[in-house]
Amino acid sequence: MKNFTKTILTTASAALISGAAFAGSHMAMEMTIVSWGGAYSKSQLKAYHEPYSAKTGVTILNDDSSSTAVAQLRAMNEAKNITWDVVDVEAAPAMQLCDEGLAMEIDPDTMLAAAPDGTPASEDFGDMLVSPCFIPQIVYSTTFGYRTDLVGDTPPTSVCAVFDTKTYPGKRSLFSVPINQMEWALLCDGVDKADIYDVLETEEGQDQALAKLDTIKDDVIWVSSGSDTPQLLADGEVIMGATYNGRLFSLIEEQKQPVAMIWDGQVMDLDGWIIPAGLSPERQARALDYIMFATDTQRLADQAKYISYGPARASSAPLVGKHADLGIDMGPHMPTAPENLSRAFLMNYDFWADYRDDLDAKFQAWLAK
Amino acid sequence: MVEKNNSSAFVKFDRVQKSYDGETLVVKDLNLEVPKGEFLTMLGPSGSGKTTCLMMLAGFETATHGDIMLNGISINNIPPHKRGIGMVFQNYALFPHMSVAENLSFPLEVRKLDKVTREEKVNRALDMVEMGEFKGRRPAQLSGGQQQRIALARALVFEPELVLMDEPLGALDKQLREKMQFEITELAHRLGITVVYVTHDQTEALTMSDRVAVFNDGRIQQLATPDQLYEEPENSFVAQFIGENNTLNGTISDLKNDVATVKLDSGDIIDCKPVNVSTIGERTQVSIRPERVELNKKRLPPGSHTLTAEVLEFIYMGDVFRTRLRVAGNEDFIVKTRNSSDQVRLNPGEKIEIGWSTSCCRALDA
Amino acid sequence: MVSNSSTNVLLSADGTPLKKSLNRSLRQQKMRALLLIAPLLIFILVAFIMPIVSMLSRSVENDLVGQTLPLTVQSIQSWDALSGELPDEPVYRAFAQDIQNAAKAKVHTKVGLRLNYEKSGIASLFKKTARKAKKWDIENDGPFKEKLTKVHKGWGEVEVWQTIKTHSPTYTSGYFLNAVDMRKTVQGAEWQPEDKTILIKLFQRTLVMSLIITFSCIILGYPVAWLLANLPMRQANLLMILVLLPFWTSLLVRTSAWKVMLQQQGVINDVLVQLSLISNEGRLIMINNEIGTIVAMTHILLPFMILPMYSVMQTIPPSYLRAAKSLGATNWTAFWRVYFPQSVPGIGAGSILVFILAIGYYITPEIVGGTKGVFISNRIAYHILKSLNWGLAAALGTILLVAVLILYWTYDKIVGIDNVKLGG
Repeated sequence: MKNFTKTILTTASAALISGAAFAGSHMAMEMTIVSWGGAYSKSQLKAYHEPYSAKTGVTILNDDSSSTAVAQLRAMNEAKNITWDVVDVEAAPAMQLCDEGLAMEIDPDTMLAAAPDGTPASEDFGDMLVSPCFIPQIVYSTTFGYRTDLVGDTPPTSVCAVFDTKTYPGKRSLFSVPINQMEWALLCDGVDKADIYDVLETEEGQDQALAKLDTIKDDVIWVSSGSDTPQLLADGEVIMGATYNGRLFSLIEEQKQPVAMIWDGQVMDLDGWIIPAGLSPERQARALDYIMFATDTQRLADQAKYISYGPARASSAPLVGKHADLGIDMGPHMPTAPENLSRAFLMNYDFWADYRDDLDAKFQAWLAK
Repeated sequence: MVEKNNSSAFVKFDRVQKSYDGETLVVKDLNLEVPKGEFLTMLGPSGSGKTTCLMMLAGFETATHGDIMLNGISINNIPPHKRGIGMVFQNYALFPHMSVAENLSFPLEVRKLDKVTREEKVNRALDMVEMGEFKGRRPAQLSGGQQQRIALARALVFEPELVLMDEPLGALDKQLREKMQFEITELAHRLGITVVYVTHDQTEALTMSDRVAVFNDGRIQQLATPDQLYEEPENSFVAQFIGENNTLNGTISDLKNDVATVKLDSGDIIDCKPVNVSTIGERTQVSIRPERVELNKKRLPPGSHTLTAEVLEFIYMGDVFRTRLRVAGNEDFIVKTRNSSDQVRLNPGEKIEIGWSTSCCRALDA
Repeated sequence: MVSNSSTNVLLSADGTPLKKSLNRSLRQQKMRALLLIAPLLIFILVAFIMPIVSMLSRSVENDLVGQTLPLTVQSIQSWDALSGELPDEPVYRAFAQDIQNAAKAKVHTKVGLRLNYEKSGIASLFKKTARKAKKWDIENDGPFKEKLTKVHKGWGEVEVWQTIKTHSPTYTSGYFLNAVDMRKTVQGAEWQPEDKTILIKLFQRTLVMSLIITFSCIILGYPVAWLLANLPMRQANLLMILVLLPFWTSLLVRTSAWKVMLQQQGVINDVLVQLSLISNEGRLIMINNEIGTIVAMTHILLPFMILPMYSVMQTIPPSYLRAAKSLGATNWTAFWRVYFPQSVPGIGAGSILVFILAIGYYITPEIVGGTKGVFISNRIAYHILKSLNWGLAAALGTILLVAVLILYWTYDKIVGIDNVKLGG
């Protein structure tokens, strides 16, 4: 989902500030929704935008800038000109936006639709409500796919196959960021799941993780975008690689590539909506109206027809049906499917808020060595 | 001074042809011999093939057919830098990134002469063109005339026996050009080098050359000394191209004893010297130089034909008078007379009798 | 015009001094000229000068700490940061008041993030403390030294207070120090621990690889430019179209095409394997490293080298080469001693252009550079877009700008900038 390619347009913050000043004000029946682009935006278009436009007559403009949303919202805030109405972001940036006052706080029980059986939204979303500003939409995970034709008779079942270059020789692709890679390294170096973040807080733990990564450093193609690994797998450039589970689903089921998923050690994360703070009352009202519509139980279940991400509402899960074109039952392909969920790993947002910059510098220095 | 050795040609074009596109010939069957020490000029309008000939001699173009010989050896397959021919280019082609001395030193360096010899030769060449004090300058800091001298010195510094010059004076103003014309010829004769010089300026050709080859349409129209060329043009192109010329059109009515009787289109009959006419009834163009026309009937030899002329215009030009007449239907018939004490000044409208000696009136191809 | 002989001042017909009336008439001309270029001038000012000034100021600005924690900053000045002792109660009390105000105004995370760049953990320290501090009664709830330390043990660490004190001034050299792998501490500037030094290495890599790219462009572009300048019109135009063709395709498409060409299962490796030049196991690694970046960027920047070289070569008359040959020079000597020196201004212009473009390149290294082929710009982009450490990004950008200016100046000293020609 980190679509770096979109970022050329947005490298310089100064350009953003001046650029934002030129963007005109909205027409009464228009709103700008920011998301990630590609298949993900398409699933939102089908499941949310089209029915919403049909119902209300509102024109929805799409902006594929989610990968740089925090930077852009900061710049817009400095320029005092917010041009976005609803923004799709991951949980961590949503928390940051909320803390900085760049996103408006939401009261789930009054602003979001209750479940069909009357369960209030706050209960229906439950733990997914990680920030007062964040309206969860989907659960996705970062996990591994492997080439079924290149692993011999013993297909990998554990995430630690990534570190096992003897059994699985060949290149593997990983994201060139510390998040996830450090956790996997410790996990496969014998650290207990529950202790990982405590270990990672210490210098020794960080060195331990990097030392583990050192063992496969020369066998890794480091990637920066979620679209890299599927391409590398399709081309046979790597034997296994990490990316978002929806991308792997599309590679396996839609493009019929000889690839399978490991699921073990999948790192779950949330993606959802925020509404920027400081909108005019009528734009804010419209944004809230859209959110109310787009995050109800049926709509969230509908999105799963187009992409294999799990709906964030408990009440949506039973409604998840078949893929819109392929007719496959989507349930087992969700990161939240019971079998997949049991092997999942939960990311610690607070840890990364504290340590990302420091570990990133270390990680990049290590990569450059 | 000039050592002429006509027995063996120094430069020889032997049935040389050149075509760029395989369809038309820009040089058609060229035969030319240049003896050692001669100053030969290739003169002609643009597109006549003269520059192509020069470039073939220099080696920048290859002949499509035929041989070019230097000192009796065919140089067709010798690359330009091994021909040892000095060359002066139209815009001098002085290397802008080198000083004057470096420009002159360049041909000596590529010949691997030692530094002392090089300096000596450069100094000598610069003194020769009186540019000794400009050694350290860049070409851009010199005037056109100065650049011209440096270009000349550079072409001579490695002591070539043959020097080619491609319209070298074209960019200079008239006064400087005349001065340089004199200097170049003087230098060429003093050094005894052979020069092949290309120009489209006939005055330049006539004043500088030992012989002139007049080019037109890929052929040499006439190869002769300057005076022959002017006095005895061999065809109407040369007559027209060299100097000022009056023409009258007519038909050969009689041809005997080196005298051709021409019946002009106006009906008048005149006697001429037949040059390249051979049969009675042939169309001809009669050529008479303006200064050979006699206005005073008494000075004409007895028995000469005369024509009636009407004065249309009289122009006072200081040392000469220029009179425009209508003669035998030609309204641009020019007569030049010297401003001498006994010369009359004619008034427009006057009718007079004019004539010329038969030898000055040349019947040429039409 | 009248000349006044008694004062020696030239007067115009109406008696005003000539200089004055000349100035007046010139001023009108100047105003007209100024009006003509005004749109461009304003555009440059808004789109170019202002962002640069804003970047320069961001790289030293540090008013966030002082604004958010005014009382703390004031009272902490009297604390001796090197004593090894924790500050006294007044500092804790001041901080409690500050963090309460900040939490109410929702600005506590910003300052937390700012200080987190200097010491990891401060972000969550501030967040947790602010949550608790909202409920405090500052007048009566003391002593805060105990209270804060109870909220989070971080408040008992001298290092945290040192960080706050070090980064409290309104202007800081901290970002610039960070940009060269150093950091600002109470003891002054210090090198970053070795396992975190990355930026100097990236600066070096950016410079070296940009030079290699520039050099490759010269080698590859020179013959093309020469052909362009010397072919007959028709062929030259065709070739020119081929040279410009890359401009018509998106940068992204071109870069991605190189992936297909260079990867291990890619076109070039396939061909080499088929020709048995390399074994199937020994496929070359040409992408996701320096080679990928150099190849793709050379390709992308090549036109910027060819065009200035071509326009300079076009002005070199062929008679120079002929003259050199007639003077006895071989083809090579004629080229090297006569043609090449005259084409140097084109090479200079092309090199400056390509080098300056290369040094700031971002998207191509990001896609094909892997980890060994990324530039400093990629790090700047990371700090702008991801870590949001705009101060550090601005400092890095400023250093890059200064590096370019220094190189430009050096070039001027060595070659002379008037020796650079884009044409004519």
